Parts: sequence; C-alpha cells; structure tokens
Amino acid sequence: MTHEQIIETLEAAFAGQLSDCDTAHGISSITIPAAANLKVLQFLYDSEDMQFRFLTDLTAVHYPNRTNEELCVVYHLHSLYLNKRLRLKLYVPVAAPKVFTASKLFSGANWMERETFDFFGVDFVGHPNLKRILNVDEMDYFPMRKEYPMEDPTRIDKDDEMFGRGGTIC
Amino acid sequence: MSAHIHLDEASIQKQTTTLNLGPTHPATHGVFQNILEMDGERIVSAVPTVGYIHRAFEKIAERRPYYQITPLTDRLNYCSSPINNMGWHITVERLLGIKIPKRVDYLRVIIMELSRIADHLVCNSVIGVDTGALTSFVYVFEFREHIYEIFEAVCGSRLTTNIGRFGGFERNFPQEAFDKINKFLEAFPRGMKEFESLLTRNRIFMERTMGVGGISAERALNYSFTGPNLRAAGVDYDVRVAQPYSSYEDFDFQIPVGTTGDVYDRFLVRNQEIWESLSIIKQALEKIAALEAADPSQKEVFYAPEADKYHLPPKEDVYTKMEALIFHFKMVMGEIEVLPGEIYSAVEGGNGEVGYYLISDGGRTPYRLHFRRPCFIYYQAYPEIIQGSLLSDAVVTMSSLNLIAGELDA
Repeated sequence: MTHEQIIETLEAAFAGQLSDCDTAHGISSITIPAAANLKVLQFLYDSEDMQFRFLTDLTAVHYPNRTNEELCVVYHLHSLYLNKRLRLKLYVPVAAPKVFTASKLFSGANWMERETFDFFGVDFVGHPNLKRILNVDEMDYFPMRKEYPMEDPTRIDKDDEMFGRGGTIC
Repeated sequence: MSAHIHLDEASIQKQTTTLNLGPTHPATHGVFQNILEMDGERIVSAVPTVGYIHRAFEKIAERRPYYQITPLTDRLNYCSSPINNMGWHITVERLLGIKIPKRVDYLRVIIMELSRIADHLVCNSVIGVDTGALTSFVYVFEFREHIYEIFEAVCGSRLTTNIGRFGGFERNFPQEAFDKINKFLEAFPRGMKEFESLLTRNRIFMERTMGVGGISAERALNYSFTGPNLRAAGVDYDVRVAQPYSSYEDFDFQIPVGTTGDVYDRFLVRNQEIWESLSIIKQALEKIAALEAADPSQKEVFYAPEADKYHLPPKEDVYTKMEALIFHFKMVMGEIEVLPGEIYSAVEGGNGEVGYYLISDGGRTPYRLHFRRPCFIYYQAYPEIIQGSLLSDAVVTMSSLNLIAGELDA
C-alpha cells in the first residue's frame, strides 16, 4: 500500500472529516477532528490491510496564532506490516484542551500523554493517572507553551549580572 | 514538600511494606526512584518517579540555532552520543534534501557502530555487576577506552562528542584514527570472547537472569518498545533495516532476536549485536578502501559538497577570503536558512528508535523539536515487568533494560 492508498482508505472510512492530507519526507500527515481520534486510531489498528499497531510517538505543538485551535496533538503511528509511518494531527483550543486518551489502545501512550499534559496542559480524558511526570508536581504552568519564557523569571537565587545578562531574559 | 507519598491501605495495615528504591542507590544506574509495595520479598506493585535529570532540552532547542542543538543531542543517551548527533544531522539533511557522499556515509557508520559497541558493553557488564560479577565490568572498560580514543582522534571529545556537521564531518579522519580503529578491530574480539566466557555460560549468572524480567512480544509492541529490548522479546524491528539511513542498505548484517524477552535474552541479543557491529565496521573499512582505490580523490571527501552553505569553511579560507569569512560568521551566528517543513526522522540508537520530530518555520531556530526517546517509552513497562518478582530480580531487570537517565528525561 502506498501513502496515497493509505490516505484514500482513511478518507473512504471517515468521509469529510479529514483535512490537510500531505505526504512529505516519507510520511503522510493527516489532520483529524479532535473528537474522532479514538475512532481513527481504532480503525487503523483493526484494519488488516494497514495494521498501524505501533505508536511511535505522541506529542503536542503550540500554535498561539491559530485561534481556538492552539494546541496540536500529534500521533506518529507505525505499521510494521507495511513498514510505513503515518502522522495524525488534531487541534484543540487552549481554553478547553480535552482529548480522549489513547492509553487503553496503546499502553505506551500512558507516559507519552503524561508528558504532553506536563508540558502543554492537554487534558487527556480517561487517562488513569494524569499527573506531571518530568516536572515538579507543584508547578502550575505549562512550560512548553510559547508564552512561557525559557528561563524562569520567578527565580530569585540566580544573579543574572554574574551570568553576563542584564536581568531580563526573553 | 507538599507532594505526599501515597501509602497503600495494605501497607498501613502491615500487610505489605512500602520500600523506597530511592533516587540515590548504587544499583539504579542513574537517578530513578521506585516506590515498591513489597509482600515480604516479592514486589506487589511499583510506582516509578522520573524527571530527576530533566534539563528542558526541547524548550532550549527552540531558542538555539541548528548547530547549537547538536551538543544537546549528545546528552540524551550519553553512552552512545555519536549516534544521537548523527541522527540529528541526518534529520536536518533529510529536511534540506542534501545527498551525502558514500565515503561520508561509511565513516558515519563506523562511528555509529563503535558507539553502539560502547553502549552495549556498558549495559552488559553492568548486568554482571548487579549480579555481583565485577570483573567483567572492569575488564571491558579497556575496550571502551580504545573507542574513546578513536572519538578523540576524530572530533576531540570522548564522551559527549558533538561529532560531525550537517553534510558530514568537520575535518577528514586523521591516519591516527584509522590506525586506532584497526588496532581496536584486532584486539577487541579476544577481549569480547573473554567477557563472554566469564558470563554467558556461567551457571550462577544464568540462574540469576533466565526467566527474570520477561515480557511477551505483544506487550512489548503495545508499550512501543524498540531496540534490543524489543528484539529480545522476539520482534525483529531494527530501524537500520526498516528505514535505512547512512547507506546501511549496503551492509550485510543480521539482527539477533530472542524469544522470551527476559534478562538473559537481552544480554545475549546485545552481545550478538556487538559482534554484528564489529562485522559492519570491517565491511565499512573495506568499502572505503575500495572507493579510494577506484578514485584516489575520494580520500579527501569528508562532507557533502552541496552542504557548503551549512559547513564551516576551512580556516585558511576564513582568514584570507571575504566570502569564507562572511559564511563563517553567518553560520556561527546561526543565520543559516532552513526552509519551513516538518519531518520525523529516526535512527537506531543503543536503546532503540531515537526519533527527531522537527518543525521548522524558516527561522534560525526550530519552531518545535521533539525527541522520541526510547528509554522513556519503555520504562513505562517496568512496573508490569517486575510485578511478582523478587527485589533482586527487579534490580537486575532495571539494569538489563539499559536505562540511561539522560535519555529518559531529556
């Protein structure tokens, strides 16, 4: 099955719900509606022709300029049967970033979703243990969002003058 | 601090004991904390805590020009950092569409396989250490030292190498590097045979590791395992064969596969991978010699000519020619053009598929760079693997999974 055939099979099953289908650098990228993520993942998992049964990666990207669609959750799937990769993207608003959890289908999605929650604040509905994983539990912001600066402006123990900086770092 | 450790009901009623296999522990290689519920000597459940060495690489990468991200990738899996470096360079080269000459590919393969050998040597000898066999660990480090010297001859650093540039290497390999590689190829097989004779058919080691920490292929695939841990469970997925990069399709090597996925299988799979890597290095040297015999000018090829824009010019030109000086300045200051695009590219690291998901918006720094870290993904399976096993088995399992804290937390 070629990349185009994979996209056609998906479009046949999910008519009108897919958008931005693109194949570049050896991988097809498809945008799906946020509420349909489990349906699409289950369809790809169950399909005997495609067998996308390996979740390579799950992460998010923050696009502050896309109003009402700021957070993009990205799934990278792999079919060991076809030896092809597939990228699924869905967009959720930053005000209510709710996405159904894929951890029932892929056990590996458990920590990947925790990491995405930790850094972007995406709320995975139905996740068994949605807590921060890499950052301290007391953190109350989501550091990978674009509005958060790289350095912590609330630290008072670092003397920026000694680091060759004036004091405010962007 | 306000984060309380949740004590199980059974623990308060003294049916189980809560044991903190704490972050600082001589047996956990790296900082890993596991809060274990123990019923006597058996583990009922485990809750891992990670993040002790989280250094915010993905956030930093959004503020760094592309060259300055290579030192970050060093520090992911620091036992085999050249593989991470080259994986990053290959990602950007794929995004830019740069074609790499064969000699450069073969040189990269040599460096990557040497670092794979170094990584597997550490992991296997440390499994021995956790069962009490310290000799093999100390003995095998002599060969790791040889590998470090080869890296030092090529790029100047031993552990966190920052090796290579987009399009190839910063300078040609000196003859000294080739001499060291040849000496390593002669000396290492004897050392590896002695290492294997110490552990592989050792009665005590076999009883400590067989049937311990096993995982089935279905569970491993569901947990997105990759690398030697997945191959020990029986699935022959190797990124070098599935999506070849850096001319791996020209090489003839086998993928060792286990059956039960237990500690002994992982040990054997890594041992065999070391032998396969040795064979690949020999083939690469032969192929380079064949290229140079056919066309002597190949000896000077160490980077892709079409990557001129991304390659620091030679210093003689920088100090004498204006264009070279401008190029040098622009590259160091990060003003190299990378067209907008999105790419996911993976290489086979010491622990499995190391993936780089790069989104570029045409600026001097990536818009988003995400590292797909195999250690992070397969450590999730650890509580399920050790459930019901003894505490000593849990320790051996953790070291056989080859958890590198740097890659786990990024």
